[in-house]
Amino acid sequence: MEGFAALYIFMLAAFTGYEVISRVPVILHTPLMSGSNFVHGVVLVGAMVALGEADPHDPLQLAIGFGAVLLGAANAAGGYVVTERMLGMFKAGGQKGGAK
Amino acid sequence: MSARILISASYFVVAILFILGLKSMSSPVSARKGIVWAGAGMLIATLVTFLSPGMQNFALMVIALAIGGGIAWWGGKVVKMTDMPQMVAIYNGMGGGAAALIAAMEFARGEMHGSVVAALATLGALIGAVSFSGSVIAFTKLQGLMKRAHRLPGQNLWNIGVAAFTVLVGAGMVASGEPAPLQILVFFALALALGVIITLPIGGADMPVVISLYNALTGLAVGFEGYVLGNPALIIAGIVVGAAGSLLTQLMAKAMNRPLTNIIFSPITGEAQAGGSQIAGSMKEVTGLDAAAMMRYAQKVIVVPGYGMAVAQAQHKVWEMAELLEAEGVEVKFAIHPVAGRMPGHMNVLLAEAGVPYDKIFDMEEINAEFEQADVALVIGANDVVNPAARTAKSSPIYGMPILNADRARNVICVKRGKGAGYSGIENALFYGENTRMLYGSAQKAIAEVIAHIKELSA
Repeated sequence: MEGFAALYIFMLAAFTGYEVISRVPVILHTPLMSGSNFVHGVVLVGAMVALGEADPHDPLQLAIGFGAVLLGAANAAGGYVVTERMLGMFKAGGQKGGAK
Repeated sequence: MSARILISASYFVVAILFILGLKSMSSPVSARKGIVWAGAGMLIATLVTFLSPGMQNFALMVIALAIGGGIAWWGGKVVKMTDMPQMVAIYNGMGGGAAALIAAMEFARGEMHGSVVAALATLGALIGAVSFSGSVIAFTKLQGLMKRAHRLPGQNLWNIGVAAFTVLVGAGMVASGEPAPLQILVFFALALALGVIITLPIGGADMPVVISLYNALTGLAVGFEGYVLGNPALIIAGIVVGAAGSLLTQLMAKAMNRPLTNIIFSPITGEAQAGGSQIAGSMKEVTGLDAAAMMRYAQKVIVVPGYGMAVAQAQHKVWEMAELLEAEGVEVKFAIHPVAGRMPGHMNVLLAEAGVPYDKIFDMEEINAEFEQADVALVIGANDVVNPAARTAKSSPIYGMPILNADRARNVICVKRGKGAGYSGIENALFYGENTRMLYGSAQKAIAEVIAHIKELSA
């Protein structure tokens, strides 16, 4: 990617992140932290590319790639489940919360 | 060729879904929808990546996906609501570890084109590795596997020294263009050690801020590795989370009145207070019956729940008690400190789980003025967040932290397991107050007793 184009993306993404979260009520801070934790689980995609490009005859590369995909998948899957469960507690508009 | 276009277009959609998802999560009404959108984005991103040209090792990839995803999915399903913070910490650490491993792969393949790429890969690796080992320590602490905060002699010098040395080795790697395996190994060992020594001395009370900080750091690491791989989905998601996480960390640190630099460089430890001034007065006990009577005949009761209540799984009992009181015409409100529980908003989740409606739960700013009109403030398992020493005692480690004014209620009832100091090891002046009565016992049992007595009184 072109150096300056990437720099622009960095800058705009940073402002977006700041703006998106700036009006969040305190009650949603924990789910939101969990939600943003899930979003950076997209590292899984990078891990898959890394493993996909690894030399199939080099055990070290395969081990590194395997570990990366393993961890990335855990970040994405775990982050989703945990966030979804927390947000499931918030029933919109209703008088009662989400007791099961 | 068309696969490339499909992939690029998909990543574009994915980036939009992530941002819209995060945006939706900023309101309780649409929050649920937000995570579903982000989840759909993740699914698309994962699936189209299989189509990337020149990919190999699919069998290994599927196995890793199944194991990592499966275990984490199961772990997330079974974890108790009270243990959420450490779960977020550990999943976040794994993301950091994955980012560090991506950089390791690029080094192992020896395909760094240009010093900017190498520098960002190294920086991402450093941040990711620190986030990984730091989050693992945070997890073990919150899970109760490691009870005490450990401080090295000259801790700050160690932190700075190891950090500087790691950066030096990293710079050497970037400069050499083709670093030796030993150099890479030393670099990762140092980065992991750095995360450990930074996190070890930090006490449990500061942990939420630290988890949030590592969350932001992982985001940055992911963004940097995204640049290395030329993958815009990683760049955008990573940097957005990095920025959002930094803001969230600041908000949390502000709520605790603990600047980030203090948390990392002078963590609160119980010892800081040892030898300090003793608190005058004594703790006065109250029976379950008296406590029940005080609340049954009150006009207004404000409940201040803390993490102790959640650990005792007493939130359902507390809500049952509140409903009983309301049936008798008592006004009951719940007051939540910004850092009640272990992360901002954690207590709201726990109360929501017990079925407490939104409109009974109030933030600190909303309710602090009302304590003076309250007949009873019922403090359950909360400690530092109601400690008046934060207002007055300059020597106290929590001096300056905004607190709930429970001590200004006409009567204060504190439910507490025993006489010891709380989670952070700081003595609480509230317990010794003129108008404070202590109700000893586990929150679960104490409240059950109060409920029984309220029923008797109303019969």
